[in-house]
Amino acid sequence: MIELDTTDRLILRALTEDATRSASAIGRRLGLSQPAAWRRIRKLHDSGVIKAQRLDLDHEKLGFGVTVFLGVKLATKGRVSLDDFERAVSAIPEVQTVEHILGLYDYRLRVVARDISDFERVLRRRIMTLPGVGNVEANVLLSEERRPGPIG
Amino acid sequence: MLDDTDRRILRHYQHAPHLGPAELADLAGVTPATCARRLDRMQAAGVIRANRAVIDWRALGYEVEVSLRITLDKTQVRAFDEFLEAARNVPEVIEIQTFLGRVDLRLSVIARDMPHYQDLYRRAILTLPHIADIEALMHVARIKSDEVLPV
Repeated sequence: MIELDTTDRLILRALTEDATRSASAIGRRLGLSQPAAWRRIRKLHDSGVIKAQRLDLDHEKLGFGVTVFLGVKLATKGRVSLDDFERAVSAIPEVQTVEHILGLYDYRLRVVARDISDFERVLRRRIMTLPGVGNVEANVLLSEERRPGPIG
Repeated sequence: MLDDTDRRILRHYQHAPHLGPAELADLAGVTPATCARRLDRMQAAGVIRANRAVIDWRALGYEVEVSLRITLDKTQVRAFDEFLEAARNVPEVIEIQTFLGRVDLRLSVIARDMPHYQDLYRRAILTLPHIADIEALMHVARIKSDEVLPV
């Protein structure tokens, strides 16, 4: 685990808003020299605090009007391996995320579709045919906010 | 409004968001100038909203992630607004989603360890307004998390 000081936190916050900002642009914003800002950005990457970059796309403008979260319970545990299920579900292009969870369900899937009838197609042809799939609960996403989290 | 070239660039860019326009152009089979122009246009049109760094909260010592599925007391007219406003003030809440379905809302909450989670749950979560019911789901693993759109 790595401890961040206030400057690191400000840099991290700036990069979660726009990861394409250069070290000199960030340095100027925070009153740091370009090399000092570069070293701190490098440290955030090298220590694994920044694990990736993600494009934030406007789903509606790209024709994906519907996002549904599916809670999936496996029906035949023991007979179907979790690996098989995970491999098959991860290969579905409309499935954006797959999380293994403990509680009411075994997996949570984030599924995108063009509209409700397209979602029905994905659900029937792709999800319900997965190996070992049992009960499925659907919640249609209405709004979503990603918060900055405890970095000040 | 997007053509095949835009979509091809977007497909590659989604899988490798750390690439600059020149490398991306190479992958997508267009000239760097075309690539830069197309990216600018998609940004101006709001198709690409941002390219964000993703934080690994574990690297910062947050070992626990819990999904809280919440049902609100909808007899209260302002239940959603007041709940959302209060939830935004809890720094450990990293995602807030509202749904049409069996549950009304989901919060993603991170904590350093189970005692910290326990404390957060009692002090900051159970005190949020208008909660009728809460279910907690614990994250075990993320199998797929790239959030790529099949454009």
